[in-house]
Amino acid sequence: MQVPTLAELTAEGKKPEVLFWVGCAGSFDERAKKITKSFVKILHKAGVSFAVLGTEESCTGDPAKRSGNEFLFQMQAMANIEVMNAYEVMRIVTTCPHCFNTLKNEYPSLGGQYEVMHHTTFINTLLKEERFTISGSEYKGKRITYHDPCYLGRANQVYEAPRELIQKLDAELVEMKNCRSKGLCCGAGGAQMFKEPEKGNKDINIERTEQALETQPQIIAAGCPFCNTMMTDGVKNKEQENQVLVQDIAELISKAEDL
Amino acid sequence: MAYFPNIIFGLVLLTAIFLFRRNILFIKRNILIGQALDRSDRPSERWFNMIRIALGQSKMVTRPIAGILHIIVYIGFIIINIELVEIVLDGLLGTHRLFAPLMGEVYNWLIASFEILAALVLVSVVLFWLRRNALKIKRFWKPEMKGWSKNDADYILYFEIVLMTLFLSMNATDQVLQDLGNPHYTKAGLFPVSQLMTPLFSSLSAATLVIMERTFWWLHITGILIFLNYLYYSKHLHILLAFPNTYFQNLNPKGAFKNNETVTKEVKLMMDPNMDPYATPAEDTVPAKFGASDVTDLNWVQLMNAYTCTECGRCTDECPANQTGRLLSPRKIMMDTRDRLEEVGRNINQNGSFQDDGKQLLDDYITKEELWACTSCNACVETCPIGIDPLSIIMDMRQYLVMEQSAAPSDLNNMMSNIENNGAPWPFNNQDRMLWANEN
Repeated sequence: MQVPTLAELTAEGKKPEVLFWVGCAGSFDERAKKITKSFVKILHKAGVSFAVLGTEESCTGDPAKRSGNEFLFQMQAMANIEVMNAYEVMRIVTTCPHCFNTLKNEYPSLGGQYEVMHHTTFINTLLKEERFTISGSEYKGKRITYHDPCYLGRANQVYEAPRELIQKLDAELVEMKNCRSKGLCCGAGGAQMFKEPEKGNKDINIERTEQALETQPQIIAAGCPFCNTMMTDGVKNKEQENQVLVQDIAELISKAEDL
Repeated sequence: MAYFPNIIFGLVLLTAIFLFRRNILFIKRNILIGQALDRSDRPSERWFNMIRIALGQSKMVTRPIAGILHIIVYIGFIIINIELVEIVLDGLLGTHRLFAPLMGEVYNWLIASFEILAALVLVSVVLFWLRRNALKIKRFWKPEMKGWSKNDADYILYFEIVLMTLFLSMNATDQVLQDLGNPHYTKAGLFPVSQLMTPLFSSLSAATLVIMERTFWWLHITGILIFLNYLYYSKHLHILLAFPNTYFQNLNPKGAFKNNETVTKEVKLMMDPNMDPYATPAEDTVPAKFGASDVTDLNWVQLMNAYTCTECGRCTDECPANQTGRLLSPRKIMMDTRDRLEEVGRNINQNGSFQDDGKQLLDDYITKEELWACTSCNACVETCPIGIDPLSIIMDMRQYLVMEQSAAPSDLNNMMSNIENNGAPWPFNNQDRMLWANEN
């Protein structure tokens, strides 16, 4: 897979139109890596000149900040900003809403001013600019429900771009009882992904998976690697993994186009 | 002696205003115990928010039943209070329905609209009571809604029922007296609701009626003045504070948590290659406290939030942690903050300045278990009808736990040391970041 790093392109005297911020999940997590690869295929298909930071990328600091470790967060942020500013990065796209939120909202006051997009917004723009089209009928008539990631939806008001993409797949978009600004968290945010939950009577991802399954979907679409993990676990817990797939929107599109 | 009632009324009114002013000054002082925070930017956006959310009740109707009932009570409260101007002037001047001759037909319509609203308010308040006490809607029966919080909510409803009933009874007796041709009670007003009550009073003598009418009048106005001073002790303060609270609410994207500037300075120093690590720190550098363990560490907007909260519980109802049986309740975070702030305020009143009482917001009110259960999903912030932000308090307290006490759950400590060592929350080697590109 052709994935240029910013260091390589810079050495060749080239400047990509966008930096793809892969994120830790997208780089290391087995499930999330598939999302990363699907998105790269879409970038190739649309002829987008992009680059990644590769080993120069480091955690944005989001889980440290949400845990309360402001010091570690700012250390991470400033190191990343130093790297990106040295490359004169202007635009960033990322498949992780947590990276998206942190880069977009928390880096500017530390000296990192970039135009930051979530991949669903970016893909939507590529389609509107007719840089590629969706023609496959893989998902025609399939029931797909979309889970709003908190850090994309409520935190940054991105509700429509992912939904528009699902509709462009000719699929039937079915909404859960809690959606958009009332979307229920998957349970992973605020660094919960990395710890055991406090005592309760149910895991949050089970509650959310139940809401999703109520819509009787064939696919639960997500736009966040952590939501993806939580919903996948939830579906397995309900022993529905043979009937219901949990897929990132990038994966749906790359599969529809047979990329 | 003819002026005796006027003088008494004047004294009652002055006392009520004096006490109310004192309460407001207490609240203001307590709010300003909080840390400074500049929210003076984007004034037009702020005015717009206040008009839309507080005045226009835009977020109330996301829950249609409670929303519509609330709007009725709210409109009733504002419109019927126009009548208060006349009642106060009548009380001071010894007149009766002072505005009637000045306004003619308009006056009749105004009184008629007050009466209809009063009836609608009565119905709404009874429905509110039934929702709380007969339907027992879950969010009104959470653990934090015991004792005073439960009673306070009911007292407010009883207050409103009594005040509206007095208002209508006052009008009913007035009407009967008008019909009897009593000279002080000149024909004025249109009474579509209270006329239904006149049969109750029509057999009474004029003298009895005058006593009753005066009694209703006095009870109604003193009731309102008592209610005004009850606000300070009640969650009902929101009727005033919702306005500044929506004006000063956060305008940035909800996912943008503020960066701690003290930390920024330190990190910049650390990353500066020209910095002398052995230099003596400047004289004026007081070691800053990171995060919040008590109300004095919170900023004034967070403290105003606490006084503004009317304990409706929409936040707790939407909270994923609370929905799944965890201890965290965003409403309780706000109630605890207010209770502790009140305690600190009383301490200052008694001692002139705050004397250590061996207590703080953390642990004595809000437990670590509650704080660590938060997913920072912003559902509580999104749903609050008057712009309260419980999440910011939770995050400030987590910051204290981690940066001052190193008291994070061990899983999180592992995650953080992974970030420190490998630049990722998991123990992977940063050199392997690109391996995915060569996999199928």
